Amino acid sequence: MKFLPTSDADRLEMLRAIGVSSVEELFASIPAEVRQPPNLPPPLSEIEVRRLLGSLARRNANARDTAFFLGAGIYNHSISAVSDQMLYRAEWLTSYTPYQPEVSQGTLQSIFEFQTHICLLTGLDVANASLYEGASALVEALLMASRLSRGRTRAVLSAGIHPEYRETVRTYFSSLGFTSVEVPVGSDGATDADALRAAVDDDTFAVAVQSPNFYGVIEDWETGSRTARERGALSVAVVAEAASLGLLAPPGERGVDIACGEAQSLGVPMHFGGPVLGFLSCRSEHQRQIPGRLVGQTRDAQGRRAFCLTLSTREQHIRRERATSNICTNQGLMALASNIHCSLLGKRGLREVALQSHAKAEYLKGEIAKIPSWRIPFSGPTFNEFVVEAPGPAAPILSQLAGSGILAGVPLSRWEPGSENRFLLAATEMNTREEMDRLVAALTDTGGGGGRELSHRDLS
Amino acid sequence: MSVEIEERASSAGDRRHPEPRHEPLVFEVSGEGKVGYSLPPLDVPETLAIPRALCRDEIAGETEITEVEVARHFTRLSRLNFSIDEALYPLGSCTMKHNPRVNEEVARLPGFAAAHPLAPEEVSQGALELAWRLEKTLSELTGLARVTLQPAAGAQGELAGILMIRAALAKEGNPRTTVLIPDSAHGTNPASAHFAGYKVHELKSNARGTLDLHVLEEAMTMDVAALMLTVPNTLGIFENQILEIARIVHAKGGYLYCDGANFNSFVGLAKPGAMGIDVMHMNLHKTFSTPHGGGGPGAGPAAVTAKLVPFLPRPTVERRADGTFFLDHDRPDSVGRLRTFLGNFGMFVRALAYISSYGNRIGEVARGAVLNANYVRAGLAGVYHLKYDAPTMHEVVFSDKKQTESGVHAMDIGKRLMDYGFHPPTISFPLIVHGALMIEPTETEPKLGLDAFVAAMREIARECEEEPQIVKTAPHTTPVRRVDEVGAARNLVLRWRP
Repeated sequence: MKFLPTSDADRLEMLRAIGVSSVEELFASIPAEVRQPPNLPPPLSEIEVRRLLGSLARRNANARDTAFFLGAGIYNHSISAVSDQMLYRAEWLTSYTPYQPEVSQGTLQSIFEFQTHICLLTGLDVANASLYEGASALVEALLMASRLSRGRTRAVLSAGIHPEYRETVRTYFSSLGFTSVEVPVGSDGATDADALRAAVDDDTFAVAVQSPNFYGVIEDWETGSRTARERGALSVAVVAEAASLGLLAPPGERGVDIACGEAQSLGVPMHFGGPVLGFLSCRSEHQRQIPGRLVGQTRDAQGRRAFCLTLSTREQHIRRERATSNICTNQGLMALASNIHCSLLGKRGLREVALQSHAKAEYLKGEIAKIPSWRIPFSGPTFNEFVVEAPGPAAPILSQLAGSGILAGVPLSRWEPGSENRFLLAATEMNTREEMDRLVAALTDTGGGGGRELSHRDLS
Repeated sequence: MSVEIEERASSAGDRRHPEPRHEPLVFEVSGEGKVGYSLPPLDVPETLAIPRALCRDEIAGETEITEVEVARHFTRLSRLNFSIDEALYPLGSCTMKHNPRVNEEVARLPGFAAAHPLAPEEVSQGALELAWRLEKTLSELTGLARVTLQPAAGAQGELAGILMIRAALAKEGNPRTTVLIPDSAHGTNPASAHFAGYKVHELKSNARGTLDLHVLEEAMTMDVAALMLTVPNTLGIFENQILEIARIVHAKGGYLYCDGANFNSFVGLAKPGAMGIDVMHMNLHKTFSTPHGGGGPGAGPAAVTAKLVPFLPRPTVERRADGTFFLDHDRPDSVGRLRTFLGNFGMFVRALAYISSYGNRIGEVARGAVLNANYVRAGLAGVYHLKYDAPTMHEVVFSDKKQTESGVHAMDIGKRLMDYGFHPPTISFPLIVHGALMIEPTETEPKLGLDAFVAAMREIARECEEEPQIVKTAPHTTPVRRVDEVGAARNLVLRWRP
């Protein structure tokens, strides 16, 4: 077994040193009646492992071999070759949480830099070392707001927040005695500001709005932050398409107290939805209630700049059931990927990626709007994603297009049974005009009733 | 410190000598006008269809830096880290084992890394089948009915497990109020129980370091929803009365939750389901070798007994009669979602590759881990104090009791190990051992590495007696010297500012 470095001779010597005659003796404290070998196939060689996993991988459509327009919380942005090759370095890949700063300065400094990127992008003072992903990041932000409110029990959420984020909030809230109230979006696709104001009361600890929202529509962060402030609640900004932060007004500049969400767009591959990269940032007056790991700058014994984990008295390994969160392992390597990505793109690149994504989505939106009987139902401004209304049910059209190598969008019927004809379509800097034109032609053929048979492309 | 001591201190391990010791922040090497990316020219009309008030100005302070400098920066930074590929990383309870590289390779196949979770089901069959196969495999290894792969890490697996227990009890009419947790447990256990809405009642361990059945019997009332037990516990000791423990918990209608962080010590040899365990989370980044990545990503699947299946987080992956796979969202008793999409899918790929490499010989992992831990224990017995001398499984917890006589503490010993080229053990945990040194070598450490570690620990014990100052001021050879953690918390600097 190539991962087991103990030779037979080593084993005999080790058993002698321990003072037992067999390895089996070391397992004497496990009751005999629970000893059962697993019914698994024999070991596979490296060749067979590659073959098995390769055959499974080939049966999935991937963004490299298709015209790709899927979003809804996971986006296909460009990632530099530097990133993954760096992630392969053992010093990043095979180390762990930097509990021992003297031998972990690489990881610690990288997290400190990641925290800084998130602060610069969100316009807030403090960011943590990462969280699992967007939905649980929203939960952590809301729970943080509840602690700061001391006793309030309600959170008001825009229905423009990703439905899986809202579902995750309900899961966590159900056992904690908190309730979440959802405010609908208006005909422009943005959160109904009057309904939001009406929903917030003196028992509300947080008002959360997503922008661009689930329908792709850009919200004004002030809609939430002003309403929250009026009633003494905290405002939470949710970002699920973090590439937008290169172009859109940062939450911190528009009165938001806590920003959170998904930073997969900033340098993390799609990974079929995970691992991705949750983030959370806040104002410095709230920093002692921030959940998760935090890296701070300090000095070593010789006065040199050094970094270490800090404020750990907030955390589960010290505070146990009174901790700010139960999180321990987070998304370290993904935060590194994001640090590399943001550093490479920097001031200009982050903006250019956002501008290109926006321009391509606008082009597509304009072209689709020209197809007879196809509609763009929401009038609000969008960033790089928007809702399309087909003349018939969207899911079968999208499946058919997938068979011909076009992943055209995500049907809303997954979450909204009344929206069978609607789907979400996203564009990024990765899309070419050629494939966008191909998409528009395919939509024209498919939904226009022409009934042209699309050639099936063999994905295996 | 005298020059002589300084020299002696450094001679222990000067392998880092020519390495960089200070690297500026990426923001500090930035220079106006430099670029680190390239994009094709825009092939559609330039547009900005967003009101000005909703747009930002330039991102003040963001970098301007070339690829050359980024590659150097992150390469230099990496060299300030200790890693498993360098030497023994005996961080107890974290299971720092070798990460097979073929797993990294297959996880990066475009069909996995560039696949989207909301692509139509018919073009996602490989991903769904992979999740289904991993679930079946983990179910076989645990002897439990089904497994949710959704939890992103161990702590979320714990939360998932306790939420399912809560939902099952609530369905019977009373979710109950309390979760019992031994004093040796990892801090995530009480935190997860709290976030699932329970009060935590701590159980005192007995002289063997395991659960005291009398204490359990007394605490196990009809108000108790579950006992959260780590098996083997954080002292590396197997709960040899596990069957009796399960009987006591079940007799009062409670559930037995197992923190499976230490599953690596019996995987493939014994099944938690046969022990009466109702739920167990596993850490794919511990037992199943997915890389720790400087603090994640991990994955914390939770396996459950048949009674809890209706309450699994949704969606689940199911197979139709025709052999195709689909996501089942229609699960009315589900606790709901814990996060977006299916979970940390990239970790599923690695874990399935790992388990497939071992197949029916996966018990060798546990045999190796337990052999290595016992060998280290034998090598250090008598040199370091062992508070609990019950049989050791995959890790052993010594303490600094002998060394404190010279004024040296566990933390100092850990720091001094760095000079000998090793990562420190877990220090000061579990809390029931004062000055704990929690050592977990794992099965992937060769005997030579174990011998070198034992020799270093013995040498440090000698230093503690003869020249404690050298230990108390350690480390001497690392990129930075002892870091002022108290100062960091007192004067918070959590980011760079332009």
